[in-house]
Parts: sequence; C-alpha cells; structure tokens
Amino acid sequence: MERALAASDLARWGFMATLSSVSQLTSHPLPPVGPDDHVRGEGPEAIVYLDLACPRCALAWTRIRRLPLRLALRHFPIGSKHPRAPALHAAAEAAGLQGEAAFWGLVDSIYRDQGRIDDPHLWERAESLGLDLERFNRERRSELVVERVRRDFESGVRAGVAGTPAAFIAGQAVGEEISEGLRALTLR
Amino acid sequence: MIAAGTRAPDFSLPSHQGKQVSLADFRGRKVVLVFYPLDFSPVCADQLSVYQEVLPQIEEQGADLVGISVDSSWAHRAFREKLGITIPLLSDFEPKGAVIRSYGAYLDEVGHANRSLVLVDPDGVVSWVHESPTPLEIPGANLIFDALSLVD
Repeated sequence: MERALAASDLARWGFMATLSSVSQLTSHPLPPVGPDDHVRGEGPEAIVYLDLACPRCALAWTRIRRLPLRLALRHFPIGSKHPRAPALHAAAEAAGLQGEAAFWGLVDSIYRDQGRIDDPHLWERAESLGLDLERFNRERRSELVVERVRRDFESGVRAGVAGTPAAFIAGQAVGEEISEGLRALTLR
Repeated sequence: MIAAGTRAPDFSLPSHQGKQVSLADFRGRKVVLVFYPLDFSPVCADQLSVYQEVLPQIEEQGADLVGISVDSSWAHRAFREKLGITIPLLSDFEPKGAVIRSYGAYLDEVGHANRSLVLVDPDGVVSWVHESPTPLEIPGANLIFDALSLVD
C-alpha cells in the first residue's frame, strides 16, 4: 500500500529544493566569525577550513591546536577524496549539539587517530566523551546537521578555498603553510 | 593564453576510457575546460576533488566540466579511481600538449599545462579564461560560478 506522505518527507523535499535553488557558489567574501561558528581559545582571531579525514589537516592540527589563537573551525569535507569525511563532519557537528566542548573533543580525537574512523569507532569516541549515544547517532544523520556542514563548505568555496587545510586571518587567505602562518600571527 | 571572444580551437582527444571526445560534442551546452599540470600531483588532486564536490551545481547551470593534461588515458583512469571523481579527463598525450598549446596554456619550460580554466559557450566561443599566476595556485570553484553566471 502506498504510504501517505509524512511531514518529514515534505520537509526533506522542501529542504532539498531550497538547497538546489539557492545554491549559489559565486565569489563572496569570507563570512566573519559569528555565533554559529565553533570557536575555541583566546588571542588573535583566525578561521580554518579543515577536512577531518585529511592527513595534511591532521598534521597541521597537531601544530595549531595549542597556539594562543581564537580559532574558528569550519567544515570542508571533500567526500570524493575522503569518503568518510562527510560522516566525520556530521559526527563532530552532532557532538557539538551536546555541548561545544564535545565538538572540540571529537575533532581532537579524530585528528589524534585517523586510522579508526568507522561508525563503531565514532560510537566509542562519543561514549568516551560522555555523549548521549542514541541522540548523537540520530542527530549526526539529521538534515539540520548535514545542512550546517554544507553551509560551511559553501562559504569556503565562495571565498576561494580550493583545498585543505586552509586558513584566513582578517579575511585574507594564508598563502604559506598554514601552521607557520598562524604561528607567525601569534608572534606579532 | 587564448582570449575571450575568440572561437575555441576544436579538438579530438582520447578520454580516460580511451574514447575520442571532441569540443563539438559539447555544442549547445557550456563547457569548462580545466587545463592542469599532471595527474597525481597533490595540488591537482585538490583542485579536481573540490570541483567534484560542486559538480552537481555546475551541471545545474547547464555546463559540463572536463580536465585536460598531458597524461595518458591509462594514467587518467588510475587518477580518477584514486580521487573518486567522475569528471571526464582528456589525454593530450600525442602529439604532446598540442591542444593545450592551441589554447596558449602550455608551459614549455616544464612540459605540461599551466593551471588554466576556459569557459566555452554553447556556440563554441571562448567566453572567459583564467590563468593561474603559477601552477601552484589553484583557481577556486567560485571563479567558475562567477563565469557561469555571466554566460547565458
């Protein structure tokens, strides 16, 4: 028997239609850090676009995570190159819904150990961060989370991000190796 | 580099599948030609991976996108598999770089293409070009959308 349309179906289709009709990726200045951003630390402000499955990002992360910076981390998953990237970013975002500390905890955890990134490993990591696992699992697949990740990705594309890791200081792309560029910022 | 407003030089090159692909095949649609240095070099990989992520939106704008380098069809095939991309790659292998030269995107001193983008309109006329200052500089996908928004 044909299933009646559920409100959730309509919401999803409406959402998808919105995504495709407003998907406008022409150049646009980098959005400044806002209340929606994940921000950690104190010091000069920088924005990084990272892919949680990118080995070069993991290496950069070991160098920049302890720098005295006010660091905003934005999602830039490149799913074709790193098939697990979308799932990892959705997981980090879902963790963040249970507290900002959980977002950063999961990011640190994923970058510490890039060899264990399948779903059971994510559940282990979420448990060790004290998250409500059922909620984490539900929310990491939610449209809200997918859309939030996509929003960051698109803001990066529009600002000219063409690979990861990428960093911006005062709206300007850091051209050099980003951990060096960010370290130099802390020494100014 | 070829200038906007000129007729795009026609070509027929083997794809990653070994099938001949001509510029004329795209007549009636916009096509973005992505000239890039070499398969498997890290910077090229980033460029094509990011374009892959926004390929649905490029296609929504009525455009196709193809990559062109001096690599062989076999290298293209392996490169596509490694990157997990569906972007068609064309091989300007023999005579080496002849098509890339015809677009003015060949770097003689290194023997491969400079990183360049060419938008060809549905009538086969070059409507926009972008040449990177150096092969290390990747043109963001935003530039493609800027160009597409200017061409009907």
